[in-house]
Amino acid sequence: MLDHATVQPLGLTFDRVSHGYDIGKSVLPVLEDVSLDIQPGEFVALLGPSGCGKSTLLRLAAGLEVPRRGRVQGDGRPVTAPGPDRILVFQDATLFPWRTVRGNVEAGPGARGELAAKRARVDEALQLVGLEAFGDAFPHQLSGGMAQRAAIARALVNDPRLLLLDEPLGKLDSLTRLNLQKDLVRLWQVRGFTAILVTHDVEEALLLADRVVLFSPRPARIVQEVRVDSPHPRRRDDPALIATRSALLAKLGVLEDV
Amino acid sequence: MTEAIDFRQAGFSAERPFRPWREGIFAALAWGATAAVTWGLPDVIQWGATGLFASLAGLVALVFLTLAILVPLRGWQGGVLTHYGPWFIALGLWLLVWEITTAKLGWLPKPFFSPPQGLLHVYMTDWDRLLICVAYTARLWGLGFFLGITLGFAGGVGLGWSKRFAYWGMPLLKLIGPVPASAWIPCAFFIFPSTFHASVFLVALASGIPVAILTASGISQVNRSYYDVARTLGASSRWQIRNVAIPAALPNVFVGLFMGLYYSFAVLVVAEMLGAKFGLGWYLQFNTAYSAYANVYAALVIMALICAGLVRALFSVRDRVLGWQKGIL
Ligand SMILES: Nc1ncnc2c1ncn2[C@@H]1O[C@H](COP(=O)(O)OP(=O)(O)OP(=O)(O)O)[C@@H](O)[C@H]1O
Ligand SMILES: [Mg+2]
Repeated sequence: MLDHATVQPLGLTFDRVSHGYDIGKSVLPVLEDVSLDIQPGEFVALLGPSGCGKSTLLRLAAGLEVPRRGRVQGDGRPVTAPGPDRILVFQDATLFPWRTVRGNVEAGPGARGELAAKRARVDEALQLVGLEAFGDAFPHQLSGGMAQRAAIARALVNDPRLLLLDEPLGKLDSLTRLNLQKDLVRLWQVRGFTAILVTHDVEEALLLADRVVLFSPRPARIVQEVRVDSPHPRRRDDPALIATRSALLAKLGVLEDV
Repeated sequence: MTEAIDFRQAGFSAERPFRPWREGIFAALAWGATAAVTWGLPDVIQWGATGLFASLAGLVALVFLTLAILVPLRGWQGGVLTHYGPWFIALGLWLLVWEITTAKLGWLPKPFFSPPQGLLHVYMTDWDRLLICVAYTARLWGLGFFLGITLGFAGGVGLGWSKRFAYWGMPLLKLIGPVPASAWIPCAFFIFPSTFHASVFLVALASGIPVAILTASGISQVNRSYYDVARTLGASSRWQIRNVAIPAALPNVFVGLFMGLYYSFAVLVVAEMLGAKFGLGWYLQFNTAYSAYANVYAALVIMALICAGLVRALFSVRDRVLGWQKGIL
């Protein structure tokens, strides 16, 4: 598996970040005064109602957008452009439809001219997400879940120092989902990258993350942060986890009423 | 026991009697009728090659008759041959009607119309000149078309990718696009050192402009998230053009190529209008001027066949290049 190399994880800071999008003549506020300090190697889960701005936050972290106000910094340097040390797995897989699954996974190394050195890693990444038999398939021949797994393989093969996951497990069946959750934790433990995971699933957040950050409806503000200290592997019937889960769900429920 | 087996065997053979290929028989009938009419009825207007045409049609009828028997024997049902069965019938009937209305009844008179044997006569007597014309046209078309689509594609990529290039280029392209090729003639013949260069320019223009427009629009329509993915993977602009913009735009590019192919053929006549000594377009004009319409039709048939062949070739290139689209469309 992808176990040999460990990476130097990236520390990420959001410093009073506000962001919005131009809609016609007005600006749609999406993030409001978000400050978040993510330690190198930390696993943070973001929870919040739909449309609140979670994906936007990940785009800022990836450097695909520059915040209107505030600063986003990786290891103390401002994040201004995207780069392969911060890889985003998009909410919809966005595989290149004209490339095979293998071609998609090879895209990153290929684009940086590192393909020759990384060919074995491509195979490993495909194996890890269980798509070794589908290397030559085109994206339209995959199910939604398989496409999402291919997108994860495409990200992992680049050895990112920061992995940004936008609901990557949302489309998977529950069994694959459980397996991939385990794989994610194991990968994160072994490789040591920093991870930010957006999810709708409170339980998933609590099973995977060191810290769960709860956002308000748009414009997103941080409402609550919950630290999860129990060691991996975590059990979903752990009473502490269940208690936190109900608390978070209550908070989300209250939020949705506002 | 044995009785039951015998019964089944009998049933088996009764179920599958020898069945000739039905459309083959009808095709043979249609072509045979054409042969008989051509040979048997007197010509109202004399054309050469009547006997030859009748024999050829009869020969084709015999071939279809043979095929009608061979198809079930060799198990060719469902192949390319049987697929086009209805077309073979229609072609035979078409020739029959054509023959009757022109040569036999004279409803469609000389010189505006010509019976099939008229065209055959042209091919028999003028084949050497036609062959030279095909060669000349192939040279002109080949140079013009490939130059046009290469430049059109490169320009289209630039227009679709670079905002500044599009700012200046798009309005120009939209102005130039609808100008008919013949309007370029004075300009082209003045600018270019020889009429051949000017003709190549006209063909290149006709094939390049649709390719440029469709490539540009294809590239500007590419889903932005593909670029986002490429950028997070650390891709340079070059890589993004080569591996995102162009592949994503290829379906559009092929639409442009098909349009360019048709336009380039339509413009051949104009391109060979001045100064050309040979070429199918020149042949068309020359013979139109002398009211030798049989020659015109004969050349048109050749042009249509060549164009259809090229379209077919382009389709197979497209299917190969855009194999990833299968199942999406
Ligand atoms: N490019 C854009 N232009 C304009 N508005 C946008 C753009 N991208 C997102 N938005 C708006 O920003 C808000 C937040 O979007 P975002 O995708 O970040 O939400 P989200 O929290 O990820 O939601 P979900 O959980 O449903 O994926 C939404 O109201 C959306 O309409
Ligand atoms: Mg989202």
